[in-house]
Amino acid sequence: MPLIDVSGLERTFVVRRRAGFVRRTRSEVRAVHDLTFSVETGEMVGYIGPNGAGKSTTIKMLTGILVPTAGSLRVAGLDPSRQRTQLAQRIGVVFGQRTTLWWDLPLRDSFELLRKIYRIPDARYRENLDRFVELLDLGDQLDTPVRQLSLGQRMRGDITAALLHDPEILYLDEPTIGLDVVSKGRLREFLRALNAERSTTLLLTTHDLQDIEALCDRVIVIDHGTSVYDGSLGGLHAQGGSSRTLVVDLVDEGPPIDVPGAWVRKVEGPRQWLSFPTEASAAPVVAAVAAAYDVADLSIQEPDIEDVIRDLYSRGA
Amino acid sequence: MAETSTTPASARSWHPVARYGDMARLWVRAELSYPASFAMLVVGSMLINALDFAGIAIMFSSIDSLGGFGLREIALLYGATGVGIGIADTLIGSVERIGEFIRTGRLDQMLTKPVPLLVQVCSDRFTLRRLGRITQAGVVMAWALPVVDWTPSRVLVAVLMVLSSSALFFGLFVLFSCVQFWTSDASEFANAFTYGGNTLTQYPLTVFPRELAIALTVVLPIAFVNWYPCLYLLGRSDPFGFPAWLQFCSPLAASVVVAAALLVWRTGVRRYTSTGS
Ligand SMILES: Nc1ncnc2c1ncn2[C@@H]1O[C@H](COP(=O)(O)OP(=O)(O)OP(=O)(O)O)[C@@H](O)[C@H]1O
Ligand SMILES: [Mg+2]
Repeated sequence: MPLIDVSGLERTFVVRRRAGFVRRTRSEVRAVHDLTFSVETGEMVGYIGPNGAGKSTTIKMLTGILVPTAGSLRVAGLDPSRQRTQLAQRIGVVFGQRTTLWWDLPLRDSFELLRKIYRIPDARYRENLDRFVELLDLGDQLDTPVRQLSLGQRMRGDITAALLHDPEILYLDEPTIGLDVVSKGRLREFLRALNAERSTTLLLTTHDLQDIEALCDRVIVIDHGTSVYDGSLGGLHAQGGSSRTLVVDLVDEGPPIDVPGAWVRKVEGPRQWLSFPTEASAAPVVAAVAAAYDVADLSIQEPDIEDVIRDLYSRGA
Repeated sequence: MAETSTTPASARSWHPVARYGDMARLWVRAELSYPASFAMLVVGSMLINALDFAGIAIMFSSIDSLGGFGLREIALLYGATGVGIGIADTLIGSVERIGEFIRTGRLDQMLTKPVPLLVQVCSDRFTLRRLGRITQAGVVMAWALPVVDWTPSRVLVAVLMVLSSSALFFGLFVLFSCVQFWTSDASEFANAFTYGGNTLTQYPLTVFPRELAIALTVVLPIAFVNWYPCLYLLGRSDPFGFPAWLQFCSPLAASVVVAAALLVWRTGVRRYTSTGS
């Protein structure tokens, strides 16, 4: 059985809005609707979608925080909302927007509390703490109260907190929020190593597609609560029907370039943008352009994953 | 790595209470790391609490009895309810902050931890500061003890009274805090019942109308906190003419309230909707 097995998952919220002085209208928001997917041990899955798509709601159901309205859900063979405390021992969760650390306590004491909560054996605890503190560069912050940490420092603290007990599954909901480029790079490297060494399964939600490109072989795109794409990152390009771009700088301004196998998308003075299919080779197009026109410079742009996803999102809307 | 993280079933039985102790200890350690501010808070709370009973004592300089009860008898009532709510408040006072935990998303974090939610909520920011109240109520009660004509069965009832009143307040704290699962800013509402209940039980019920005495027996059963067992301790027959067996029903009332509280708590957790972000 897959480690995470979701089928026909559904979650609605009842929202009451004020409609006048005392009157309230009651309406239902369907946050997750007929969602089905499964994840095997050791996979690193990117879980992406526009704002309000239902990503956080899904993670809350996977962790047992929220009870599903309908559908079936198994994580590590357990029913998350009914066997929540049992499951908790085996998962780690980071909600980038919120901290799991105790605001008034130094980072070290927060970790100490977690050691008690998860009953982590002493040796294991020390080993993990030393390792994470070094890899995430937290050494100088250990004795600082959490409320005095910067956003990025706190986030690294939170990630450490989620991993001290060696979880089999790690859910990360926007873990790179507020991290600088260096920290992001370090975190990605760290997660990759974790996955390689301990085959920790990773479900990652982010709005930074570089996180996905750096970490995930597989992406699930969700929109309006339901999965609209589930497959390899490469496959997304094909899904989007996207194309590569040849940027041509001509010596002089001229009419749109006309060569077989490519079409002009944009002209700006002597610079023209030509599109050609992702599957096709660039060589004949380049050759044809070079043969027929006075070319000053040429470059090829790979399709932009952000464009593809934007495309996917807007199609769903 | 999996072996280190799975919990053997045998170890799980002692889990909640031990977890509570572990977590509370860490909070106490953190609290004591600022000894000066801790000392000030404890002394302050003792002073405030001492003044509380002084008010009742002063009243007795102009009257001899209140509702047919003398000062020492009232001190017994006062001490019993004070110790009860003090113990409950010390052990689980944080449960009042459930609304805050919901709003700030803290509850989500707690729900992903392998310790029962109630244990986490109750031990959060455990503080010894509240010991001031138990101490004061304990002193008042000790002062009142000679008024009782002690027999072995009265000792038993007295011990059960203290345990039951703690449990009753525990139940009430949890029960009324659960309202915050439905409307997350109703902590004042909870206080009205728990602290309000404490204030009511500091006086003999005979100062109140009969209807209230009935309500405090069957609706919000805080008369069992101290009133009924104290009638037995003082060897009095029930001034309202209620049956004498009620005087032994405190443990039962406490069990009913605690069971109801745990049931409502479970319901609240299952219908918990988290927050949008
Ligand atoms: N506790 C709640 N009560 C009412 N509605 C909610 C609640 N939580 C989420 N929703 C609604 O459910 C939908 C999905 O929300 P969710 O937080 O899962 O989105 P998301 O994919 O995580 O978005 P984002 O990228 O902005 O974090 C939204 O329309 C949101 O308004
Ligand atoms: Mg979200």
